[in-house]
Amino acid sequence: MNKFTLPLIAFIALIALLAVGLNLNPREVPSPLVGKPAPDFSVPQLHTPDANFSPKEMLGKVWLFNVWASWCVSCREEHPIIVEYTQRPDAIPVIGLNYKDKREDGLRWLTRFGDPYVLSAFDLDGRVGINYGVYGVPETYLIDKAGVIRFKQIGPITPKVLEEKILPLVKELSK
Amino acid sequence: MIPELGHFALILAFFVSLVQGVLPLVGAQKNRADWVAVARPATAAAFLLVGVSFACLTWAFYVNDFSVEYVAGHSNTQLPLMYRLSAVWGGHEGSLLLWVFMLVGWAAAVAAFSRQLPAAMVARVLGVLGLVTVGLLAFVILTSNPFDRLLSPPAEGRSLNPLLQDPGLIYHPPLLYMGYVGMAVAYAFAMAALLAGQLDAAWARWSRPWTTVAWVFLTLGIALGSWWAYYELGWGGWWFWDPVENASFMPWLVCTALIHSLAVTEKRGSFKNWTVLLAIAAFSLSLLGTFLVRSGVLTSVHAFATDPKRGLFILILLAVVVGASLLLFAARAPKVSLGGRFELVSRETFLLVNNVLLVVACGAVLLGTLYPLIVDAFGGGKISVGPPYFNAVFIPIMMPLLVLVALGPVARWKQADLPAMLKKLWPAAVAAVAAGIVLPMLAGEWHAYVALALALVGWMVAAWVLQTVERLKAGSPTVSWWGMQLAHFGLAVFVVGVAMVGTYEEERDVRMEPGETVSVGGHTFKFLGVHESRGPNYTADVGTFELSQDGKLLRLLHPEKRDYDSSQMPMTEAAIDAGFTRDVYVSLAEPLSPDKENGPWAVRVYFKPFVDWIWGGCLLMSLGGLLAAADRRYRIRAKSSAAVSANAAGAAA
Amino acid sequence: MNASMKLLLAACAALSLSLPLHAREAAPLAEDPVVEKRLIEISEELRCLVCQNESLAGSQAELAKDLREEVRGLIKEGKSDSEVKDFLVSRYGDFVLYRPQVKPTTYLLWAGPFLLLFIGLFALVRFLKQRSKEVVDTPLSDEEKKRAEALLKEVQS
Repeated sequence: MNKFTLPLIAFIALIALLAVGLNLNPREVPSPLVGKPAPDFSVPQLHTPDANFSPKEMLGKVWLFNVWASWCVSCREEHPIIVEYTQRPDAIPVIGLNYKDKREDGLRWLTRFGDPYVLSAFDLDGRVGINYGVYGVPETYLIDKAGVIRFKQIGPITPKVLEEKILPLVKELSK
Repeated sequence: MIPELGHFALILAFFVSLVQGVLPLVGAQKNRADWVAVARPATAAAFLLVGVSFACLTWAFYVNDFSVEYVAGHSNTQLPLMYRLSAVWGGHEGSLLLWVFMLVGWAAAVAAFSRQLPAAMVARVLGVLGLVTVGLLAFVILTSNPFDRLLSPPAEGRSLNPLLQDPGLIYHPPLLYMGYVGMAVAYAFAMAALLAGQLDAAWARWSRPWTTVAWVFLTLGIALGSWWAYYELGWGGWWFWDPVENASFMPWLVCTALIHSLAVTEKRGSFKNWTVLLAIAAFSLSLLGTFLVRSGVLTSVHAFATDPKRGLFILILLAVVVGASLLLFAARAPKVSLGGRFELVSRETFLLVNNVLLVVACGAVLLGTLYPLIVDAFGGGKISVGPPYFNAVFIPIMMPLLVLVALGPVARWKQADLPAMLKKLWPAAVAAVAAGIVLPMLAGEWHAYVALALALVGWMVAAWVLQTVERLKAGSPTVSWWGMQLAHFGLAVFVVGVAMVGTYEEERDVRMEPGETVSVGGHTFKFLGVHESRGPNYTADVGTFELSQDGKLLRLLHPEKRDYDSSQMPMTEAAIDAGFTRDVYVSLAEPLSPDKENGPWAVRVYFKPFVDWIWGGCLLMSLGGLLAAADRRYRIRAKSSAAVSANAAGAAA
Repeated sequence: MNASMKLLLAACAALSLSLPLHAREAAPLAEDPVVEKRLIEISEELRCLVCQNESLAGSQAELAKDLREEVRGLIKEGKSDSEVKDFLVSRYGDFVLYRPQVKPTTYLLWAGPFLLLFIGLFALVRFLKQRSKEVVDTPLSDEEKKRAEALLKEVQS
C-alpha cells in the first residue's frame, strides 16, 4: 500500500458508482408532487363544455387522474388496460384530463377506443398539465381522500404497474 | 452474402487480434524473437480484416440492403449518397465499428512508422493495442453486431435522423474518433514501458509524436463538432456542456496535460510516473466516455439507443483494462527513478502547475458530469448539472493557466530566474492592463468579465511577441518550437472568441412581414419572402433576406425550414454570413399565418462578434500540434535497428 | 476595379434603388422586451424535460413553448426570478434546474472543484519539497546513461 495505489482505489470507487448507475433510469424524473395536495384548478369538461370540473369535487374519494390525448401514441397502448380496470366491480373512479387536444378529436378518440372515465377535464392550453408537472403523456396520478397525490406513473400504465403498485396502494388508501 | 462476409471478417479479426495481443507480449517478456516478430504481420492482418468488414457495411449502405437491420434503421433510398455512406457511423453499431477500425488503423500506423524503435518495444505497444482491440471486437460481435439480418426485410429503410443529414456527419465523427482512439496509442506506449520496466527519456520521445498527433485529431474533432452544433442546431450556441461533449473534452484536457508532461520527461527525465499515469488516464477517459455515451446512464442529446447489456459489457471492459493498468502502475511506479534535479522556480515547476490545473479542470468536468448519477445512486433524487455550473467552476480554474502560458516558455529548465523573467515580461503586464481597459470600451460596453479575459489575452499576446523576438535573436528555432508558439497563440485567439461572443452577442426575435427590416449589431436584414423548394428527401420553406450594412447591400441569405419526409420534427437551417470579426445569423422560426409565402414569419437574428475565432483558435492549436509532431528529431532512423533492439533486449533481460 | 466588379456594384445599386427607401422595421415578437429578456435569462438556466438535454430557451418542443408561456405569465404577475424557479421546481423537481441549488446534497458538487484544486496544489508543493530532498544530482542511473548514449549514437548516425 503506497501512494501509487491511490489511482487504483479511486478507480474502483468510480466503477462501483457506474455499476450502480447502470441500474438507474435517468429518464424517470420523480414528481415532487407525491405527498403534496393535488393542485387545484377548474376547467370545462370534455363532453359538456358548459360544466366545469375541479378536483375539489373528488374530496373524500380515492381516485385516479389520467392524462391523455388523441395525438398521444402510447396512450393507445395504455387505454385498454384502463378500460378493463374500470369494468371491475371494485374499481375506483378514473377522471381523465384531455391534454392539449382538439375537442372533436378527443371525443372521437373516446368513441373509437371506449370511454372509461367518469368524466374528462379539458385542458386546451396545457396549463393544468404544467400545474401537475406533466411532461410526457400519458401520466397518471393516484389521489387520496384528503386530496393528496400518493403516486404518479409517468408513461403508460402496464398491467404490472397496475397490479403491483397502484392497486395495493388503492386498497390501503380506501380503508 | 456481403454482410456475412463482413461479419466473418470481424470474427477473424478477433482471433488475429488475440494473437497480436498475446504472442508479442509474451515473446518480449521471454525474449523470444520469433514471437516478437508476429506483432507486425498480425497487426497488418487485423487492420485488413476490420477494413474488409467496414467496407462490407459501407457496401450494404451503398446498395440499400435493408435486410441488414442496422442499414434499415439508419438509411433509406431517398437519402443522398454521401449521407448514405456516412450513415455507416450514424448509429451505435456502425460508429463502434468505426471506433475499432480507427484503433486497428492506429496500430497499423505504429507498426509501419516505428521501424527505428527496438523490436521488443514495438511488440509490446502492438500487443497492448491488440488486447484493447480484442475487448472492443468482442463488444461489437457479442452485443452490437451491425451485420444482423432481419427475417422479413422492409421495402424501405427508416432513414437517418435529419439532424445528422449534414456534412458535419461526414467529417466530425471520423476526426473525433481518430483523436479519441489515438489516446490508446499513448496508453499502449506507457503500458509497454511499464511492462518492460524501462520508463525513460527514450520512451517519452517515442510516444510524443503519436500523442501529439492524436491530440491534433481530438482538437479538430471537438472543434468541428462544436461548429456543427453552432450552425445546425439553430440557436447559435457553440458549447453546451452536454455529457457527450464532456466525454470528449475530458480526454482532451488530460491529453493536453500529457503533452506538456511528456516534454519534461523527454527533455529532463522527470515526472515519469506522473506522465505514465496521465497516459493511462487519457485513454481511460476515452473508454469512460464511450461508456457514458452508450450505456444510457446519462441523458444527452447525442445518446444512442441504449441497452443495459451493452452498458454492462463496456463497464467490465473498462474495469479490466484500466484496473489492470493501474495495478501494474502501482507495482512498477515505486521503482522508477526521479530524474533530474530542478529548483522550485523552473520550467519544470511551471509545467507541473499547468498539469495540476488541467487535471483539476478535468476533475471538475468529471464531477459535474457524474454528479447527477452520484446523487441518484445515494437516493437523493434527480438533479441536473448544466452550463451555469460548468461555467462557474471551469473558468476560474482555467484563468491561472492563461497567466502561466506566458511564463512557462520563458522560464529556463532546472532553474529559472524569477526577477529576470519579470523584468523581461513587464511590458506584457502593461499590455494586459491596457487591453483590459481599452479593448472592451472599443468593442462597446465595459464589463468586468470581458475586461479580465481581454487583459489575459493582452498578457499572452504581448509575452508571446517578446518571447518570439528573443528566441529569433538567439538563432533559428526548431519546427517543434514554432509548433508550441502557434498552439499557444491559438489559445489566445480562442479566448478572444469566447469572451467577445459571450459578452457582445446580440439576438432579436421578431415578427417579419415581407418588406420589413430588422437590425442587429449594425447589420440590417430585409425580409423578401419565402418560397417552397424541394430537396432530395425534404420540402423546404426557403426564406430570402437581404443583408446590408450602413446602407450597402452585402449579400442575400437563405435560411430554411425543412420538413423531412421521414420525420415529423421540422428542421431549422440557419443562414450565416461569416466574417473575420463577426457572424450574422438568421433563422426562420415558424410561419405566423397560413400563407407561408407572403405572410409574416417569426424570425430570429443574431450578431455574433468574433465567434469564428473560437474555431480559428482551435485550428491554430491543431496546426501547432502538427508542426510539433513533424519535428525531424522524431523521424531519425537508426542505421542499424538490429543493434538497438539487441541493446534493448539486453536491457530488458 | 475591373468590369465585372463595376457591373456587380451597378446591379447592387439598382437593386437597392428599386426598394422602398424607408422599409418598415419589424415588430419584436414579444409584446414586452423587458419581460422577454428576463424570460431568456431564466429559461437558459432551466432544463427542457422532454428533450432531456436542451435548455428551455433553446428548445422547440411543444412543452418548452408552453413552459415559456407559463414563465412569461409569472414574470408579468411580478414574480421574482427565484419565485419563478421555485414554482417550476415545485412541479417538476430539482431536475429542471441547470444550476443546482446549494444544499447538503450538492455541497460536494460546488466545493469539489476548488477542493480538488487546493489538494492538487498542496500535493504539488509537498512533492516538490520532498523531491528536492530525495534527488541526488546524478539524474541518470548507469543503465539509463547507457541507453541514453545508445540513443544519442542512434541520433547522430
